[in-house]
Amino acid sequence: MKARVLVVDDDPALAEMLGIVLRGEGFEPVFCADGVRAIGVFREAKPDLVLLDLMLPGMGGIDVCRQIRAESGVPIVMLTAKSDTVDIVLGLESGADDYIVKPFKPKELVARVRTRLRRESAPAPERLEIGDLAIDVAGHAVTRGGSPINLTPLEFDLLVALARKPWQVFTREVLLEQVWGYRHAADTRLVNVHVQRLRSKIEQDPEKPEIVVTVRGVGYKAGAPSPS
Amino acid sequence: MSTFGLTAFRARRAVGRSVGRVGSLWRRSLHLRVVLTTLVLSASVVLILGYLLLSRVTAGLLEAEQRSAIGEARAGLSDAQGQIEANDQIDPTSSGVLLGQIAQELANRAGSPAALYEVLLLGTPNPSSSVYQPEFGSHSVVASSVPTDLRAAVAVTQRQSYTYTQIRYQDGRAPVPGFAVGAPLTVPGIGNYELYYLFPLTQEQDTLALVQNLLVVAGLVLVLLLAAISWLVTRQVVTPVRLAARTAERFSAGRLEERMAVVGDDDLARLATSFNQMASSLQRQIRQLEDLSRVQRRFVSDVSHELRTPLTTVRMAADILFEAREDFDPATARSAELLQTQLDRFEALLTDLLEISRYDAGAAVLDVEPVDLREVVRRVVEAAEPLAERKATEVRVEVPDDRCLVEADPRRVERILRNLLINAIEHAEGRPVVVHVCCDDQAAAVGVRDHGVGLRPGEASLVFNRFWRADPARARTTGGTGLGLAIALEDARLHGGWLEAWGQPGDGAHFRLTLPRRARSELMASPMALEPADARAGRRVPLSVGARPRSQDV
Repeated sequence: MKARVLVVDDDPALAEMLGIVLRGEGFEPVFCADGVRAIGVFREAKPDLVLLDLMLPGMGGIDVCRQIRAESGVPIVMLTAKSDTVDIVLGLESGADDYIVKPFKPKELVARVRTRLRRESAPAPERLEIGDLAIDVAGHAVTRGGSPINLTPLEFDLLVALARKPWQVFTREVLLEQVWGYRHAADTRLVNVHVQRLRSKIEQDPEKPEIVVTVRGVGYKAGAPSPS
Repeated sequence: MSTFGLTAFRARRAVGRSVGRVGSLWRRSLHLRVVLTTLVLSASVVLILGYLLLSRVTAGLLEAEQRSAIGEARAGLSDAQGQIEANDQIDPTSSGVLLGQIAQELANRAGSPAALYEVLLLGTPNPSSSVYQPEFGSHSVVASSVPTDLRAAVAVTQRQSYTYTQIRYQDGRAPVPGFAVGAPLTVPGIGNYELYYLFPLTQEQDTLALVQNLLVVAGLVLVLLLAAISWLVTRQVVTPVRLAARTAERFSAGRLEERMAVVGDDDLARLATSFNQMASSLQRQIRQLEDLSRVQRRFVSDVSHELRTPLTTVRMAADILFEAREDFDPATARSAELLQTQLDRFEALLTDLLEISRYDAGAAVLDVEPVDLREVVRRVVEAAEPLAERKATEVRVEVPDDRCLVEADPRRVERILRNLLINAIEHAEGRPVVVHVCCDDQAAAVGVRDHGVGLRPGEASLVFNRFWRADPARARTTGGTGLGLAIALEDARLHGGWLEAWGQPGDGAHFRLTLPRRARSELMASPMALEPADARAGRRVPLSVGARPRSQDV
């Protein structure tokens, strides 16, 4: 089955070009040209991934991102012409999994899209524990004391990566490679922002994280599993 | 130094210090200066006036006393002379008795016991006569109360003379100032006598002392009053001036809404009004500049977006054409290749231009986190491998074994090092490039050394200029934008760091990036020498010294 990609972009030429590239790579593109209608199209098309331009008429890309994230964990990749720190961090904080700065090469885009759509085919049943959380890798579920915690696929991948090798300190670069699929060093803020978002969902006190622990100057590691 | 010397030295220093304190207070406080000046000037005026007044009063008092004294003495003299002439006996004994009587009578006239004056009859010494000349007079005063000058004057001039003197008493009372009048008196049979009147000036002295005390007290009160008045008056002027100064300080500290209170219609109100006008005008201009800067930033951001969106479409289209070039005829295929490579260049140029204009607009933000410089170096070298291979250049890395953590923006540091390394590989001419890292407590440095053509004198400061090329005739091989080092310099400055270049013709170049270990701390020194250790021997002095960026102006 072809993966469906929702392209939210107001520039018709770029949208058409994106369509050509995506189709050429075997995806099924759906288009939406303005921010206000984006959420409607999203609900209707049920895409597997959203390509979202940050600057949109009507409603800004950031708001669209928040709306989609509010009702779905579907991967969102931002298309941004801005490389200013603030805009990118804002986009990531509002729920985007990854971003790609214009102008980009088609291969780059396809690689990003594939990474986010990548799923282990029939993963082996695996149960992990991190802190007081239980992770069912095959079932894509995280529970604390039996009650489920809702994570996006990216947050889930991030948590699993840390939980699989407790006690190993992951540098941001290693996490970028494992979770985001960047082979060369990229923007480590991706890691920072997503770790923050992950913590806000799984930590008892996000100010004093116990599950995803910062190792100053190096990166992150899984906290000690707690008996509870 | 002896203990005494030391103490004296310390005392001198302490005095010097307090003098210095007063001096600085004097320079700083207009108030104090006005009050002290008033004090000194009014004190001088009061002193001069008091002196004049006192001397006038003294002169007046003494003159009157003198006049009456001379009159009294003259009357007494003529009385005595009359009695002596009326007496026709000229034997010494009866003359002596007579003189005694006269003296007694004259003394009695002065009244007793509070004698207005004392009378003395003294014989003029006569070397040619051996006749005994007894002394007469009110016996309470000593004969030496009459100064010898006066006696000589009377004896020589044979006329009435006077002078001031000290009257000494026989009963041991303290001598008092007095006025002495003397006149010659000829006594037949005995010889020449001198009649002296001694007028004590005790009363006058008391009066003068009283006047003096009054003057001193009045002068002091006057001076203090004047000082107080000047203090009050100056305060009226100084207080608003100080307020104005404080307002101006706050204003210059960035509180642009700060204004002075305008009270009344006087000069100070005018000062306040014009100050406020100046402040408003400044505030307006600053706001305008801020708006301009905002507009500029906004413009850069918009241009960025507007240019990049079509560029992305072109880029993707070109890529598809490039991928499919084998199906085209040779001319079209080559065109697709050219389109592809030039788009790369165009893109790099656009990115760099936007980055530079972001710096120009002051919109560059530092995103600081702890960074291990060795890691950054490793990544940069890894990323530059394809270029190094293409240029057949070996890149060596020399890093310390320990971590070298720096609070910095990893993306910017990486960009600086990438620019330096690419630059070095491009100019290395196939000879090895060395990237080395040094670290101390305060700063960390990364040096990039190549052994290529090097830099000519003066070029070390030019390399950071925008679009500067060492040799315009040289072929562009990698198509650098010409902005790489300019951006690197801005990146370094944003960190409060230094980016410097060293180079010699034929001996390659060395670029050194120095960053403070802690963000926002000031760099004092670099842990790495700018001139590389392997610089050609015998020419230790670099022909061109690095351009140390003015780290303060960031």
